[in-house]
Amino acid sequence: MDRVLLAQFIVIGFTFFMLLNSAAILVYMERKVAAFVQQRYGPYLVGPKGLLQPLADIIKLMFKEELRPKAADSLLFYLAPVLSATAAFAAFAVVPFGADTTLFGLLDRPIHLAAADVNVGLLVIFAITSMGVYGIVLAGWSSNSKYSLLGGLRSSAQMISYELSYGLSFAAVIMLAGSLSLHTIVDHQAGYWLGFIPKWYLFVQPLGFFIFLTAGVAETNRAPFDFPEAEQELVAGYHTEYSSMSFALFFLAEYVNMVTVSAVATDLFLGGWHGPFLPTIARWLGWQADSLGWIWFLAKVGFLLFFYIWMRWTLPRYRYDQLMEFGWKWLLPASVLNLLVTAGVVIYMGW
Amino acid sequence: MSVPEPTLNSYLLLSAVLFCIGTAGVFLRRNLITILLSIEIMLNAVNLTFVAFDRYHGSVDGQIIVFFVMTVAAAEAAVGLAIVIALFRHKETLNPDAFTSLKW
Amino acid sequence: MDAVLFWILAAVMVIASLLVIGQRNPMYSVLLLIVSFGALSGLYVLLGAPFVAAIQIIVYAGAIMVLFLFVVMLLNVPTEDPPTGYHARLLGGAGPRRFGAVLALVLAVELFWAFWRYLQPAPMPAGSSRASATVLEIGTKLFKDYAFAFEATSVLILVAMVGSIVLARRETK
Repeated sequence: MDRVLLAQFIVIGFTFFMLLNSAAILVYMERKVAAFVQQRYGPYLVGPKGLLQPLADIIKLMFKEELRPKAADSLLFYLAPVLSATAAFAAFAVVPFGADTTLFGLLDRPIHLAAADVNVGLLVIFAITSMGVYGIVLAGWSSNSKYSLLGGLRSSAQMISYELSYGLSFAAVIMLAGSLSLHTIVDHQAGYWLGFIPKWYLFVQPLGFFIFLTAGVAETNRAPFDFPEAEQELVAGYHTEYSSMSFALFFLAEYVNMVTVSAVATDLFLGGWHGPFLPTIARWLGWQADSLGWIWFLAKVGFLLFFYIWMRWTLPRYRYDQLMEFGWKWLLPASVLNLLVTAGVVIYMGW
Repeated sequence: MSVPEPTLNSYLLLSAVLFCIGTAGVFLRRNLITILLSIEIMLNAVNLTFVAFDRYHGSVDGQIIVFFVMTVAAAEAAVGLAIVIALFRHKETLNPDAFTSLKW
Repeated sequence: MDAVLFWILAAVMVIASLLVIGQRNPMYSVLLLIVSFGALSGLYVLLGAPFVAAIQIIVYAGAIMVLFLFVVMLLNVPTEDPPTGYHARLLGGAGPRRFGAVLALVLAVELFWAFWRYLQPAPMPAGSSRASATVLEIGTKLFKDYAFAFEATSVLILVAMVGSIVLARRETK
């Protein structure tokens, strides 16, 4: 088989595997960070410093009984978590996580470090995120219970409302970079101004970054926007009736969505895999300059995930009508304003 | 094993088949929502024709028209569903045979 | 490879559409239509229109179908009663229904006759189907040649928004 094709298959498998692992790591990180925010120890019994806790959680979830309410529509009931999880994983397929690499000279030509590289990459991410709404809607409907239906409807209405601000904020980045492909957008962020300020779009578009992150948090139903699945309000909302592996799939989908939003934010606003010290180290080792870029990517994504978890345990949650009002009356006009100002700057200053 | 390469005619034939399926759905179903869905099938069949011709002639005009057709379909679906909701509130059924008050 | 994909996607699309008009439960109809749209999006990619493919998923499968799904769920749409007796036969039923079935048949026959009579071999242009129209070309054409249509569409959407809110509002007593 062609070596490049084989390498691409390996990258696809590697991406999938890393996403699964990241969900497990996030389970642990969430509980530890939550514990430290609340001034207590987190899990510390299972394994050294509680590091094997995710394993214990997974084993527990696998051994639970798989329940289904009698009046629930069984095809849709089992399809919904599958849809959620599939959309979550598929959205990461077009996110590049490192520079072009020849894998230490084993390949004749460099390949992109992404599962697939499409030249309309951002639109693909947006499209697959829209498909993630269906998992929630179907879960709410097929459970045949009032809590689930209300939770599902509210959750999906929230997701489609915040998708607008999400899209408009990355439309401004597209205008700056002139391309829809994430790889090209990251390439435009290489280099420095004045020698030490990196050319990241974070510094060009601070409002855009804030809007993108807020809309991303609302999209994944996390942190201050998790009214539809809050325990005190709706008894866990759309996944009330789920147990065992179906619930684990929803859980997995939520964490993988978080990782995807963080990874896209890193690629769009934080310069992806560009960073200060690693190119010099790589050149000193005789490798290509950007080949250690994935370390910076991981660091940035890790920071954004920490920020996600930090926000969850610090801020009180929005009530549903406050949440919808914020999305439509504040965030959407802000993102339109951001787009207009960016368009003006691009035209008059010839970016 | 050689699969026949799709020509323009295959796309047009597929589009015609889908259009007929949509038309049959509009005529034969007794549920307002399914009738609206069949209209969406017809619109999509037309979209496919536009894009197929686009590729054949090498222009992008067809894709722009598809863009407009999708927008109009979205607006029409919204208004259509609002009408369905209003009708359902009135008569508690979605069978179009029940709405006969304008019949003479 | 492209040929195989075309036949698979075309088959999925036709079967899903047939099932859409054949299902009793409107919830399943909506979901099958989403499958059909997914296959159509794949066909657009094969035709070298990735932008339209992405827009199809975002707008049709991601927004319009969600709207349909909301309406089906909130209205708790009853499953259609299976037609019995006289109404059960395809060409039976009330006058309009019989007439409608005949019309659909006439349309199908007409289309196929047109194909049979006037078909000429028309191969697709050679070259990879990945040689696709860039978003830049589409955007330039959209905002230059079709600018008026674009603005008119935005007014149309505004009108549709206002109209649907007014139509679906509960009457205030």
